[in-house]
Amino acid sequence: MADSNDFTAGVDSNAKKSPRRIVFITRRTSAQVKAETEDQVQTFPEVLFRAAVAVMTLAVVLVWIALMFNAPLEGLADPSHTPNPAKAPWYFLGLQEMLHYFPPVVAGVLVPGLVVMALIVIPYFKVNIEADGLFLKNRDRRLRIFYAVVALLSIFLLSFKVYAAFVPTAIMAAVMFLAAQSSPQSGSTFRRYLAARPLSYWVMTWFLFELVVLTAIGTFFRGPGWSWVWPWQGL
Amino acid sequence: MAKTIDQYFDDLRDTRVWRSIFRSGTGSSTLKRALAIQQNVFLHLFSTKVRTRMLSLSATWYLGTLTLGTFVILVATGIPLMFYYHPSVPQAYADTKDLQFVVSSGLFLRNLHRWSAHAMVFLVFAHMFKVFYRGAYRAPREFNWVIGVILLLITLLLSYTGYLLPWDQLAYWAITVGSNIASAVPLIGDKIHFLLLGGNAVNANALLRFYVLHCMILPLAAMFFVAVHFWRIRKDGGLYSHASEPATLRAQTAGDSAAAAKEAQ
Repeated sequence: MADSNDFTAGVDSNAKKSPRRIVFITRRTSAQVKAETEDQVQTFPEVLFRAAVAVMTLAVVLVWIALMFNAPLEGLADPSHTPNPAKAPWYFLGLQEMLHYFPPVVAGVLVPGLVVMALIVIPYFKVNIEADGLFLKNRDRRLRIFYAVVALLSIFLLSFKVYAAFVPTAIMAAVMFLAAQSSPQSGSTFRRYLAARPLSYWVMTWFLFELVVLTAIGTFFRGPGWSWVWPWQGL
Repeated sequence: MAKTIDQYFDDLRDTRVWRSIFRSGTGSSTLKRALAIQQNVFLHLFSTKVRTRMLSLSATWYLGTLTLGTFVILVATGIPLMFYYHPSVPQAYADTKDLQFVVSSGLFLRNLHRWSAHAMVFLVFAHMFKVFYRGAYRAPREFNWVIGVILLLITLLLSYTGYLLPWDQLAYWAITVGSNIASAVPLIGDKIHFLLLGGNAVNANALLRFYVLHCMILPLAAMFFVAVHFWRIRKDGGLYSHASEPATLRAQTAGDSAAAAKEAQ
């Protein structure tokens, strides 16, 4: 404890010499110090040095790529001669793949609009903040909703013959079904991991899966007339 | 006694000119190191101290830092490319050809610009998914996530507008395919399409618009939002902010520190 000389209790009439400080501590809100005990380091030089090394490594890799591979340059733009297929930049090929199946207002406006909206609202949903395992609470009710959503989505995708998007959906549904059969007491680490995944994780992972598959198909598996080709065809 | 290199640097930092440029002064004390960040107009966006956990590779994979790195490379290569480029038809294509075959290191500049642009789009996506799986969008950092989504869109627009500039077949038809999507917007689709291209098809007007957007408007917008993005990291409590951990994890750490306190007694 503190040395007894640190504090003296008493009454002094001279307020300039010994100002009074009074603290009220009520029952419910006792004084609390939110101290962080975590180790900290100085940004300069620890973080800046590492950032510089990371950026320089990246620069070396990119310079090497730039020296080894030339950027594509085709003939002069000719509005009267359409190449087949005419492809958008690679990061839009997922969208272009969807345009193949759905009308432009759905694939080009509705879907990207909804994706951007969904990304923006992620941090404002309480379910994402709490991040509890999806099937740990209200399991039966949530399973029913899960089955209904998967069934509707599958019927929708199959009726438009969008097998490229249906296959990742089916795989995700199977993994989620396994998650529903798992619990924090499951034997294997993987199943305990699955059981603890929240709703946002499943939605985002499904989105990532679709994004990668559709972009890859648009980039490597589409030829003249947006027909299916194998990457090794025409080599 | 001979001076060490460090002492020469200290002498340099103690000169009147150096001290007039940098406000933090000499010395390597913790205070001076903190001031080196806090007294610099660019670095003051960051906090002077960070949690040690944040340094590990697995915490961030340095994806945000690397994205900034690609942006810096793109600005550094983009400006010399502008010296050799006219945004007019068909001069744009001839200029690109000249960059390939006539201008010293022009081929290298264009290659580096092109591949860095692809890398930046990829890194922005990777950064977004990493932040998501880390759960780093949680309060009080929600709005920084939203700024990140804006930056994702700006990055895509930057890459997309740059795609047209070589004015070759690849550029022309990629932009034609992409801009036709704008026409699909109900009611005002054709108006948006016209506004974007300055005409009903990709032509010289579209090239000029894309050039201005690519070299002026969008980079400035990106810099503005990047500054806010970095500043908000500090203001919102930094990486591994206690408040932004999920409830279950927080309870766990609280339990740990309670146990530690009990042991200490």
